[in-house]
Amino acid sequence: MVGSSLQGLLSGSIIAGTPLLYATLGEVMGERAGIVNLGLEGVMLMGAVVGFSTTVKTGNPALGVLAAALAGALFNMIFGFLVIERRANQLASGLALMFCGVGLSALLGAPYIGSQIKGLNEIRIPILSDLPVAGATLFHYDILVYLVIPIAILIWWALFYTRWGLSLRAVGEKPTAAFAAGKHPYRLQYQALFIAGLLGGIAGAHLSLAVANTWAEWMTAGRGFVAVALVIFSKWHPLRAIAGALLFGGAIALQLQMQARGVPVSPFLLDMLPYLLSLGVLAVWGGARRHAAPASLGQVFRGTE
Amino acid sequence: MNIRRSSNGFAFLVLLTGLVMVIVFNLTGIASAQPKLKVGILHIGSIADAGYNQAHAEGAQVMKKNLPSVELIEVENVPEGADAERVMENMIRQGAQLVIPASFGYLDPALRVAKKYPDVKFVHPGGYKLAPNLGTYWASTPEAFYLMGVAAGKTTKTNKLGYVVALPISFFLANVNAFHLGAQSVNPKVETRVVFTGTFLDPGKEATAANALLDQGVDVVGVIVDSPITVVQAAEKRGAFSVGYHYIGVQKFAPKGWISGIAFTWGELYTRFAKQVMDGTWKSEALLGDLSSDYLTIAPFGPGVPSAGVELVNAKKKEFISGKLNVFQGPIKDNKGVERVKAGEAFPIAALGKMDWLVEGVMGQAK
Repeated sequence: MVGSSLQGLLSGSIIAGTPLLYATLGEVMGERAGIVNLGLEGVMLMGAVVGFSTTVKTGNPALGVLAAALAGALFNMIFGFLVIERRANQLASGLALMFCGVGLSALLGAPYIGSQIKGLNEIRIPILSDLPVAGATLFHYDILVYLVIPIAILIWWALFYTRWGLSLRAVGEKPTAAFAAGKHPYRLQYQALFIAGLLGGIAGAHLSLAVANTWAEWMTAGRGFVAVALVIFSKWHPLRAIAGALLFGGAIALQLQMQARGVPVSPFLLDMLPYLLSLGVLAVWGGARRHAAPASLGQVFRGTE
Repeated sequence: MNIRRSSNGFAFLVLLTGLVMVIVFNLTGIASAQPKLKVGILHIGSIADAGYNQAHAEGAQVMKKNLPSVELIEVENVPEGADAERVMENMIRQGAQLVIPASFGYLDPALRVAKKYPDVKFVHPGGYKLAPNLGTYWASTPEAFYLMGVAAGKTTKTNKLGYVVALPISFFLANVNAFHLGAQSVNPKVETRVVFTGTFLDPGKEATAANALLDQGVDVVGVIVDSPITVVQAAEKRGAFSVGYHYIGVQKFAPKGWISGIAFTWGELYTRFAKQVMDGTWKSEALLGDLSSDYLTIAPFGPGVPSAGVELVNAKKKEFISGKLNVFQGPIKDNKGVERVKAGEAFPIAALGKMDWLVEGVMGQAK
């Protein structure tokens, strides 16, 4: 009984944490290039709705994920145009993008509310899935769950062990220096935002195609903002984001598991758990300044004039 | 010049003939056909949610089918507040004589608009206020939830039932209590676990909540949120049973595990409202239906419910209608051990709005 509860908690955390992690990884990428995107919520919603509608039309959730990633990336390009090309304020543009995504996804999704889909299949890993304890929980997920950790590692490697990543981080720290070294700040920022959009779209698709198997208006319910907070929490590091997303997903799963187990604590209090946990961890970690934000985060590169 | 003038004259002639034809057509139309009635209906969400909104929307469609002279003005996703007022006034300007603001939160906007347009009739679901031209309608649900509990208690293999509920508000607590009492009446070993999600719409969280219940060995999951789709599908995916609410057609989302559901079928009631408005007999009243009403329906049973369970449900339904059976018949203790209803007494249905406890045997926190 306790074992099955633990398993439930673990699998609940992993499933609730996966969309958060995709979104957080995307935001890490963007912020490393110096751009804060508060519109992540809207990007996720676009991914969720395009992924769902594509799956309804084609019957193929894999195509749905692909379409969602592209939709997220293209939608993020609007943001890129605003903050890079037009040099608009990042926070204001992000919020505008968020509301635009909420409205547009509601409009696009209206015909698909109540549609039935066969979501992403669970994939069992032959030997590991049959292991008695861990096997029951760790190895029967959809493909996006299995891919998220390798993608986090890939991003970590790309950011910290490639020339491209070095340039990208340089743009986030000091764009003028990167420019003087012969890099293209704008091009790199567009690239970062494109990848962030891909990941944000996948995050939304995981919600609509694997977790809930439904489309509902504003179904992200604030997860985009949680992801922005998780970036700070993970100190702009893709690997620490894994822990952050798992912890936050775990807090969501834990409070629901506690209710299901009949733990005598008020549901209102339990609902605060994820946020209390975030506050607690930020309070403990907040002092260390060594891996702080990219120096030019939120500032606009104005060329060399 | 001359040519132009003659063509102008021709155009004028055509226009005049057209105008005369329109007038004649309209006059004969009014003389021969039944009086037309425009009905405006506002929804808080999407009418395809397989839940609360779809139940109202299908009711309106049935009314339209029953009464061909009814014309429907339907608006989805109307936020409560000033927007709702604007939409209602717009409908009235288009000629609506009956307005159905189909969400609890439309009550105050509807009252304001009703005061402004005393000739237009309003019917509001589940409200607690009336106006000379605003009536209210709803159906008491605990009896129906009790019957669902009977079916679930007969169907469960693990003797563990679960409910995913938006918020611990009194009417929802009453429904869950009734469900458990029904289950317990046929299966004393049964326990019911409640998980509150804290929101009416967060499919991700609803799925996680349903899975949390299933992890505890629950094999029947019921749901009280806006749209039951996510929870019912989550149960189906893991081979568990499910109980629906609001809309009658939820079974297609869980063909194997479907038990039954409490469904609002507003069509005939809306037809009566429209007829009354047309022949001038409508009057403002507070309608509260029950299992004998044609607008509170037990949805068709799924394949997993044993026939003995179906028979029991039908028998108890008759007992409720004849008044022989009462859901909250004492003695009833809450899940903290406090006696809430004394032996020989019954909890008054009128006081359901004050129910802030869960009955013994329900695992969950009411506040």
